[in-house]
Amino acid sequence: MNYHWDWGIFFKSTGIGQEIYLHWFITGLGWTVALSLSGWLIAMLLGTVLGVLRTLPQRSLSAIGTAYVNLFRNVPLLVQLFVWYFIVPDYLPEPIQTWFKQGLKPEISGFISVVACLGLFTAARVCEQVRTGIQALPRGQINAALALGLNPWKTYRHVLLPQAFRIIIPPLTSEFLNIFKNSSVASLIGLMDLLAQTKQTAEFTANLFEAFTLATLIYFTLNMSLMLMMRWLEKRVKVPGLISLGGK
Amino acid sequence: MIEIRNISKWYGSFQVLTDCSTKVDKGEVVVVCGPSGSGKSTLIKCVNALEPFQKGEIIINRISVGDPKTDLPKLRSHVGMVFQHFELFPHLSIIDNLRLAQVEVLGRGREEAGEKGLALLDRVGLKAHADKFPGQLSGGQQQRVAIARALAMDPFCMLFDEPTSALDPEMINEVLDVMVELAQEGMTMMVVTHEMGFARKVANRVIFMDQGQIIEDAAKEEFFGAPRSERAQHFLSKILNHC
Repeated sequence: MNYHWDWGIFFKSTGIGQEIYLHWFITGLGWTVALSLSGWLIAMLLGTVLGVLRTLPQRSLSAIGTAYVNLFRNVPLLVQLFVWYFIVPDYLPEPIQTWFKQGLKPEISGFISVVACLGLFTAARVCEQVRTGIQALPRGQINAALALGLNPWKTYRHVLLPQAFRIIIPPLTSEFLNIFKNSSVASLIGLMDLLAQTKQTAEFTANLFEAFTLATLIYFTLNMSLMLMMRWLEKRVKVPGLISLGGK
Repeated sequence: MIEIRNISKWYGSFQVLTDCSTKVDKGEVVVVCGPSGSGKSTLIKCVNALEPFQKGEIIINRISVGDPKTDLPKLRSHVGMVFQHFELFPHLSIIDNLRLAQVEVLGRGREEAGEKGLALLDRVGLKAHADKFPGQLSGGQQQRVAIARALAMDPFCMLFDEPTSALDPEMINEVLDVMVELAQEGMTMMVVTHEMGFARKVANRVIFMDQGQIIEDAAKEEFFGAPRSERAQHFLSKILNHC
């Protein structure tokens, strides 16, 4: 293979102002992190609400959660993204539609579409984990909380959820990492996230291997750090005297 | 204080309680015993509406438990309950276990709730363990904390659902001692238990249940002296041999 390796490529000028190629990777990483964290915030909030709904005795409420999970878990992420980006804006009510399509910068409307897509997709998965975490708790915990006079909301807030979240930290960690990896779909609607910047660098410089090697390293390091952070969190919230909350 | 009138309950088509009626007067200690599966735990859980019932009526302090208009959290906050498996909240320290419902339900300040909690822990002999977590305590200690947690709400009656059944034999007495003391102070208590020694010592009445029915509801002396039903005699002969 006749390939000209050049690891110095990242420090060469892009030809646009003072910029070097490394800058592209840094701004790309910025987009990737912003997309993922915003999506994660939505996923955690919505996923927790839905997970709680699925554990309620009222059939109609838990059916809402079940329907949501079935819908969002059974359609590919990419299809969902195209729906949010190409189709949903056309059905927005009028003043909002014009504002969304013309008032916003394209990268902002794209950002909103991707965050909505990642957040709502991951919420279905978070929902399932929150549900299993709650259901893993001994039934007597609910009774004890209710018997003390706590209402259902406070029972979840102070007794069930703090225990359920401790149990599900390991599977939540992998969802958290997944959302960072899934955020790379953003490149398909023209957002300049890490993957898009990598492809652009490869095209501009013809140094495909170096560009993708660096992208791999950045994704890997990012996810490893997140994983270590979650491990630290798990240790920090560990309850003294308990091996596992899930047992019993 | 507690009046149970003609309670019937079904799980699907299976009837677990059949026409149960009894009452617990203020200051009275009523022990409920019977073979496993006789419905005694279910009955006591109906009293604070942890289990719904389909027929009959339970009145606590003139409030009907089954009435949909009843403010259940408020009613339950005045009815202490102690469970077979303690059910302390494992993620909260002992003192926070005692503080949670005082703050969230009764609206007491954290400090006031803490002081009350410590006083009650002192009473059950566990003040030194206030900052530990439930998982660091023995079963007997956890159950004493559970009693203190219920007392922190200033309940006007206490329900005990087999409080010593999950304990190692050497820990049963430390829990019973607390309960005896409570009974002697005049607390209204309904106790599901097999501890006939406890019943002999402090019960006013003993209820014997079998197959979802109250077979015998008699003053203590009468119950231990000459139970009327054959089923109760048989049950007593079996468990009293152990004492």
